[in-house]
Amino acid sequence: MTLLFQLTLYLYLLATAVYVAHFLSRQKQVRAVARAILLAGGILHTVYFIVRYVYVGHTPLTSNHEAVSFFAWSMTWAFLSFWWRYRVKNFGVFVSPLISLLMLIAALASREMLPLPPALRSNWLPVHASIAIMANGFMALAFCGGIMYLLQEREIKKKKFGIFYSRLPSLEALDDLNQHCMALGFLLLTLGIITGSVWAKQAWGTYWQWDPKETWSLITWLIYAAMLHQRLSFGWRRRRAAIMAIIGFAAALFTLWGVTYLLGGVHSYVG
Amino acid sequence: MSAESIVIIGVNHKTAPVAVREKLAFSGDCSGPLLTLINIEGCRECCFLSTCNRVEVILVADDPAVAAVAVRGFLFARSGLADVEAQQYSYLYQGQEAVAHLYQVATSLDSMVVGEPQILGQLKQAYREAMEHKTTGVILNRLLHKSFSVAKRVRTETNIGGSAVSISYAAVELAKKIFGSLRDKSVLLVGAGEMAELAAEHLLRQGIGRVIVANRTLERAANLARKFNGTAVGLAELTTQLAEVDILISSTGATDLILRKDEVKPLMRQRKNRPLFLIDIAVPRDLDPELNELDNVYLYDIDDLKNVVDANKGEREKEALRAEDIVAVEVVKFGQWLDGMELAPTITALRQKANAIREAEVTKTLSAMKSLSEGERRSVEMLANAIVNKLLHEPMVFLKNNDPNDNPQLKLDFVRQLFGLDREA
Repeated sequence: MTLLFQLTLYLYLLATAVYVAHFLSRQKQVRAVARAILLAGGILHTVYFIVRYVYVGHTPLTSNHEAVSFFAWSMTWAFLSFWWRYRVKNFGVFVSPLISLLMLIAALASREMLPLPPALRSNWLPVHASIAIMANGFMALAFCGGIMYLLQEREIKKKKFGIFYSRLPSLEALDDLNQHCMALGFLLLTLGIITGSVWAKQAWGTYWQWDPKETWSLITWLIYAAMLHQRLSFGWRRRRAAIMAIIGFAAALFTLWGVTYLLGGVHSYVG
Repeated sequence: MSAESIVIIGVNHKTAPVAVREKLAFSGDCSGPLLTLINIEGCRECCFLSTCNRVEVILVADDPAVAAVAVRGFLFARSGLADVEAQQYSYLYQGQEAVAHLYQVATSLDSMVVGEPQILGQLKQAYREAMEHKTTGVILNRLLHKSFSVAKRVRTETNIGGSAVSISYAAVELAKKIFGSLRDKSVLLVGAGEMAELAAEHLLRQGIGRVIVANRTLERAANLARKFNGTAVGLAELTTQLAEVDILISSTGATDLILRKDEVKPLMRQRKNRPLFLIDIAVPRDLDPELNELDNVYLYDIDDLKNVVDANKGEREKEALRAEDIVAVEVVKFGQWLDGMELAPTITALRQKANAIREAEVTKTLSAMKSLSEGERRSVEMLANAIVNKLLHEPMVFLKNNDPNDNPQLKLDFVRQLFGLDREA
């Protein structure tokens, strides 16, 4: 099982390297190779989760290692499924390093298999945890799109065309990408909060108790809700939307880690 | 086939000034020139290319030196220049050099603007006309087809046509980087200069949805609008229109700014922050340089666009070096094919191919039949030998038979194709 994880990690790292090579060389064949490696990594990663599930006997989303690794997994598949419908030039070179980084963090975390704490013994665990983390996956894609937008816009605005101008897609395409990922991420986040709250009622007897994790999820949710609202009613699109995608992702990351390590609370067993 | 019988004689923007070139411009129909050229003594195949920057005659001739004089006589007939002068203004390439030159023309390496795409289409058209008049044969058919595929190779493997090298193209490229598809976008032309017209034409070709023309005199605006199938408005409506359009191209003769930052700022809210691409090609400038500071507004003046073009030109020159390498490799390949287009090499190649097949098959069979005696093995080998020799007999006779009515090149080409002798490994 360690081998399986290690192999997945190496495939992601390799995919990142090949994506960078494609970014610099602009050879189409190189990109196809990168995509194939990433796909192989994604499949192996799926196998890893199944194997781990069988070993631990419950949904493997309860330790920091598992959660972060699942985060990377959902990013990979969100990216691959996204690619199936839309083509965004050189998106991969921005997404794959982030996937690799997450996997490195997961690799450093303890991979110990702990018995499930009583509070988590529920059918809600797979539903709530996977939805909440998948929301992060899409927000991460929106974050990458936001970074790409700002880089591309900078070169057009400053009229100094460096390495990005010809390699990145049009601002319009990046803005569409941003909107699409944020809408999906927001939807999943909403579902994540709702399922969490229903589960909390069953486990703790109350829907909402202002636990730090709950509070920060709500803050993240409010940021995204405000962003979508502004976009639809006042045309907060493009540059501002790109910045908001980056801020929103930072809030999501803080909900994931910051809360656990800095604020604690009843929800802090999960990474 | 001796490579030296391939000749290109031509005149282009590098060898002759426009004053000379315009005297030999052939327009429209190529049938006249083609018929004259093919009747030159010793001319076996020919193709005639005429564009605004070049006139080229590509031919296969028995005696190139004699044919060259005749071709120049024909090219410069209307200019009144003697052959000595004609030689100064024209170039003559022979053999490998001719092949290389044609490849350079097809790949646009010889063009005034390196990387421009039109020349390939013009060359294809010239070839089509030559085919219709049956003035090309085995050699030129192969050569021209190869030049098209070399051009395609250069386009896909280098970035030679990648970036815009004219101001109006640079503007269109920028618009596409900002808006993606231009289909549902609109452009407002303010003032009706030539450059603005050119940019609008490019935008239309890229499928822009709507063109609006604003001008001081409404009549001129209406004329231009009709040309682009758009609408005409007066200059007073500038700000109203600006709330709607996506691209503005300004080229008025006004001495003062016609649009300021604080006029556009409130419009952006009204536009729900849809991006606005402002192109100012007027000198003195029409648009406030500070407009570029507004969010989602992108302002490019003529100097900005010139800088883009200059940077792109440098990029193209680098790519042109890579294209030259591809051309050099392809010229060698064509030379190899040409060398094979003789009787002796074709016979050798045919024998080699047959022998290779025979040996491979005999070895395969014998290794599967280990129980055969030495004598039986010999029989199998002889059988294979006999089949190969008998099968090759007729093609060999066909090749060597010297009927004066036959076209030897056609026969060689036929046999080489039939037996796949030129297939690249």
